Amino acid sequence: MTEHVVSVGVDLLADALADQAAAVTRVDWRPPLRSADGLGTEADLATVALDPLRADANAQALERMLAVRAMLVDVLPAHEAIGLERGEFLHAGPPIAWDRASGPLRGALMGGAVLEGLVDTPEEAAALFEGGLHVRLEPCHHRRAVGPMAGVVTPSMWMFVLEDPATGARTHCTLNEGLGKVLRYGAYAPEVLTRLRWMGDVLGPLLQRAVRASEPLDVTAILGQMLQMGDEAHNRNRAGTLMFLRDLAPALVASGADPADMVEALRFVGGNDHFFLNLAMPACKLALDAARDIPGSTMVVAMSRNGTDFGIQVSGTGDEWFTGPAQIADGLYLGDYGPDDANPDIGDSAITETAGLGGFAMATAPAIVRFVGGSVPDALATTRRMQEITLGENPRWSIPVLEFAGVPTGIDVSKVCRTGILPQINTGMAGRLAGVGQVGAGLVTPPEEIFPKALSRLAELARARADARTRA
Amino acid sequence: MSDHVELRSGAYADSVTLLQISREVQQVPGVATAQVAMATPLNVEVLERMGFDVPGEASVNQMVVAVRLEDGGDLATALAAVDAALAGNGRTAVGTSEEAPPRTTAAALRSTRLTGGPDPLVLVSVPGASAAVEAMDALESGSDVMVFSDNVPVEQELALKRYAATRGLLVMGPDCGTAVVGGVGLGFANVVSPGPVGIVAASGTGCQQVLALLDHAGVGVATAYGVGGRDLSAEVGGLATRTALARLDRDPGVEVVVLISKPPADEVARELTAYTESLDTPVRLALLGAGRPDLTASTEELLRALGHEVPTWPVRGTTRPAAGTRLHGLFVGGTMKQESEVLVTAAGTDAERYALVDFGDDEYTTGRAHPMIDPTLRLERLAEVAADAATGVVLMDVVLGHGAEADPAASLAPAIEGILPPVVITVVGTARDPQGLDRQVDALVAAGAEVHLSHAGATRRAIEILGAGHD
Repeated sequence: MTEHVVSVGVDLLADALADQAAAVTRVDWRPPLRSADGLGTEADLATVALDPLRADANAQALERMLAVRAMLVDVLPAHEAIGLERGEFLHAGPPIAWDRASGPLRGALMGGAVLEGLVDTPEEAAALFEGGLHVRLEPCHHRRAVGPMAGVVTPSMWMFVLEDPATGARTHCTLNEGLGKVLRYGAYAPEVLTRLRWMGDVLGPLLQRAVRASEPLDVTAILGQMLQMGDEAHNRNRAGTLMFLRDLAPALVASGADPADMVEALRFVGGNDHFFLNLAMPACKLALDAARDIPGSTMVVAMSRNGTDFGIQVSGTGDEWFTGPAQIADGLYLGDYGPDDANPDIGDSAITETAGLGGFAMATAPAIVRFVGGSVPDALATTRRMQEITLGENPRWSIPVLEFAGVPTGIDVSKVCRTGILPQINTGMAGRLAGVGQVGAGLVTPPEEIFPKALSRLAELARARADARTRA
Repeated sequence: MSDHVELRSGAYADSVTLLQISREVQQVPGVATAQVAMATPLNVEVLERMGFDVPGEASVNQMVVAVRLEDGGDLATALAAVDAALAGNGRTAVGTSEEAPPRTTAAALRSTRLTGGPDPLVLVSVPGASAAVEAMDALESGSDVMVFSDNVPVEQELALKRYAATRGLLVMGPDCGTAVVGGVGLGFANVVSPGPVGIVAASGTGCQQVLALLDHAGVGVATAYGVGGRDLSAEVGGLATRTALARLDRDPGVEVVVLISKPPADEVARELTAYTESLDTPVRLALLGAGRPDLTASTEELLRALGHEVPTWPVRGTTRPAAGTRLHGLFVGGTMKQESEVLVTAAGTDAERYALVDFGDDEYTTGRAHPMIDPTLRLERLAEVAADAATGVVLMDVVLGHGAEADPAASLAPAIEGILPPVVITVVGTARDPQGLDRQVDALVAAGAEVHLSHAGATRRAIEILGAGHD
């Protein structure tokens, strides 16, 4: 039997093996990422690699995540679903205050304040948030929720309620408003608010009746089917949206609601290719929440942006956010908009990539790489590249063109630091100024510095555990 | 400026494709701006904001082609560009479908595992600070690992070896230069025939010396495991040595095992002795140090134990009498230097009458290749000592085998040719080494060196030349 050797490092030694007719696999090793202050990450990487908890903790994190089934069990206003009170506003991304909030987040908050009747005009809302006395901002992630783009949630907005039947754990997300001038992209014009009011008065209650009258919708299973149909569940949700309609339409029609309302609801959902995104996102969060708080685990459980900061949370480091500046996406612009009009990356929707969808499932939706002039081989290469930084694959979510390989799942902070390969995120682009709305869509990555930051904390905790063992 | 807006029924393209086509058409000379899009409410709104007049009957299943021409712009050219973009976009495959090489050991092992076959051995030679991370990938995947890298902190070595020990895996190294596993030489390794000897070595060049002597004696080697120079220290406690011994003990082809190392820490020596006594295969110790047999003597004992005749170790060439009074040892092998030191000291040579340098030491290899690969620094020093009238004799080693310089004599022979002091060289190599043992020896002999296979023999000869010159 020919000896098989994996060689990492000096080429000369691999050459010497090849000269002896051994089978040699060469690793394309490169020095690891450096931290923002220019220090090497080698010592932290070694500490984490040798942490006796890590391997089992990561295996457990992945296993728990993959065991979750996300069922759509209800549709409720946010005040009922998650107890959101008057004056409370949820937003996407890591924590942020008004003074650092970007245009689209401010725009969405202003629109939300008008929607809730806290002020009469968006202009008055600005003063309300500047004062800050009667309002409270909090990340969606802190309230078992996720929100696309600005991710603003107010008490009267209706939310999907997803539940894992095995544990009863729940997550939530608002209903998707469609594209263009919409609140989540920072628009707050009268038609935006009119649409939101209709969603609250008509769409939410209708969906609630339909969902309650149907068998719980298995969102995890639909996601698996979508991937076979060309959706990556972040920038493409067309098949998922249609399957949602297919599964819910009978109960909707049987609900006895006003036919005119039903027609409008069906047309609205069917005309919004992104409607399913707001189910994909909480399904991903439900899975990832199950992987939280496992000491020693280097798995990323949330990637999220508030339009100013990009933040990640990691299983082994609890609720701490590791943040850096959100980047501007590379992509295509609507109409006459250009890069100067775009706001830095925003939204909780990178939860899809965190769970192995979106950019990680690019191979199944090659159209997406064309945002940046890429080709089909680039799409395949993107998914393969994400295999380098993940802990495993998700057998439920497979990609036909990659021989039905499961999507790369469980971003490993260590592997990102070792390879310098950053998670690939597919995203929409909001206008920089409040009120503009969507200006384009494209591809983006997190700021690289947040991974060495998270690694450093993981190493610090591992060293503390080792010290405690030594003392014991 | 003039606008052209048309609706095309039955035409469809993906929204991303259409954004890209729009951008292409915008680049056409004479086109001020252009949008090609499905007539969704959002797109119609965008077009209207751009100032285009979209017919009211537009439906989502129609494609809108909207072009704004600059004065003098040609509509036919613009529309031809739209059609060309729609027809051709993305049809030509760009980018490569070749899979990128793995970026971590874990990824490499995952891809090899998918193709089946036994667990590969992993060879790590990245900078020392990153070595433990790659080595851990190997162990977690159930693979043995050889860590060629040096400068790995001892606590990392210990952690790796403890992990490996509980799983029956072997960590060779860190700073493990040589191994022969499954008939393949890893790192710096000589080409040997299969045979009854198993080697466990905490010293790479020590192992190579024994391989070379055994090969000359016609005795083959089943396996040579390296364990790294610190394995038998009190800190590491011989963790890898035990695993390596256990492996060789299980191999029915191994008749005798030789352990090559500096003398272990007392505690480790006691434990190891007890352990070797529990094994079925006899384990002979070749411990390097004052008052102990040198590697050549240990190899001779091994041959006798195997019932094999001890050959005369070859010496070729003759050299001049000593010129000055000082012995300069310039080595690429750490164990060569150490063995010479023991012998020179034992011969009662005054400390000021010899200087021994290991060019493989960290102080000479930080940021440079090992002297077995890059001879520059040693050649520079050779020129210095050759020009020094006090130099009595120069003692050197040349190590052949896989991984080493392709033709070391090519640079060394001209450097010794015509220098005043006599030169004694040990060429550590086997008949089938890629550099050609005879060819290397011939070239060095022709340049005026006396060439030995036994380093102990070479050292004794250098001491003798120095003594004779002094007398």
